Amino acid sequence: MTARIRAFAAFWYDFVVGDDWRVAVGVVIALAVTYAVSRTTVPAWWIVPAAVAVLLPVSLLRATRRR
Amino acid sequence: MTAAALFLAVFLACAVEAVEATTIVLAAGTARDWGSALKGVGAGLVVLAAVIAVLGPALSAVPLQALRLVVGGLLLIFGFQWLRKAVLRASGHKALHDEDRIYREQLEEAQRASARSVAAVKDWYSFTLAFKGVVLEGLEVAFIALTFGSNQHDIPLAAIAAGAAVVAVTVVGVAVRAPLARVPENTMKFAVGVMLTAFGTFWGAEGAGAHWPGNDAALLVLVPALAAMGIGLTVLLRPSARDNAAPLAGAAR
Repeated sequence: MTARIRAFAAFWYDFVVGDDWRVAVGVVIALAVTYAVSRTTVPAWWIVPAAVAVLLPVSLLRATRRR
Repeated sequence: MTAAALFLAVFLACAVEAVEATTIVLAAGTARDWGSALKGVGAGLVVLAAVIAVLGPALSAVPLQALRLVVGGLLLIFGFQWLRKAVLRASGHKALHDEDRIYREQLEEAQRASARSVAAVKDWYSFTLAFKGVVLEGLEVAFIALTFGSNQHDIPLAAIAAGAAVVAVTVVGVAVRAPLARVPENTMKFAVGVMLTAFGTFWGAEGAGAHWPGNDAALLVLVPALAAMGIGLTVLLRPSARDNAAPLAGAAR
């Protein structure tokens, strides 16, 4: 039973989070910062694209170094 | 623009996953028993339809801003996964998705497995192999179609795109009766990765309270910018490019 629950949890983790959990954490942080900045008068639209521009190359570099 | 992008993203994602599911079902049917494999496909489609029937109305009931925040975030993470794998494959750091090789492996495995009948299913192995193939490959597509459709208030268009892709792949699969190895899966995955990441970025930021300059027109910048970034990273990460860069990096140290 425990093994089945673990397999179920592992499936959903892999389905939602994927190979690099740092990307998922980075996305959540970027959205949280966007929310916080959008409450001020400062434009917040650029935060998520900036996070993407950093997270994708970093994640790819980590992946290629491991191989 | 967004309706066309919605159709294209869902169609491509669905076609790619349908090609992968077709390979599995073909292996199960060819090596074992077509009747059981097709029953597995039917059972898998029923499960997917139930998931969509439950999640579709539930998503429609969520307030748009909250939906865009959660769905945008999830699409962004999904898009990253697709784009990351596509860049790794295109740059030679991950094996290209090869339907012929996958088909041969599935076929060998299916031929080795022992036969067992359960209730109305003559060959349980074929049934479960086809069922898992359809459900696992279809779940991601169902998620993409539902989230794109609900965000654009156009679930019917997303459903049409998904249905059209499944029909197209099935017709070609039945016609050639072989794995659809010539479908440019890796290129399609790259395109889907770009679309999901772009829309995830757009909706996620909007859901978090940001206002895009030019509103929807911002997507006309996001999509090509992400595509250019993906292509640029592919070129940079190719081993030959990195080998050439290594002496320069060493000299700079």
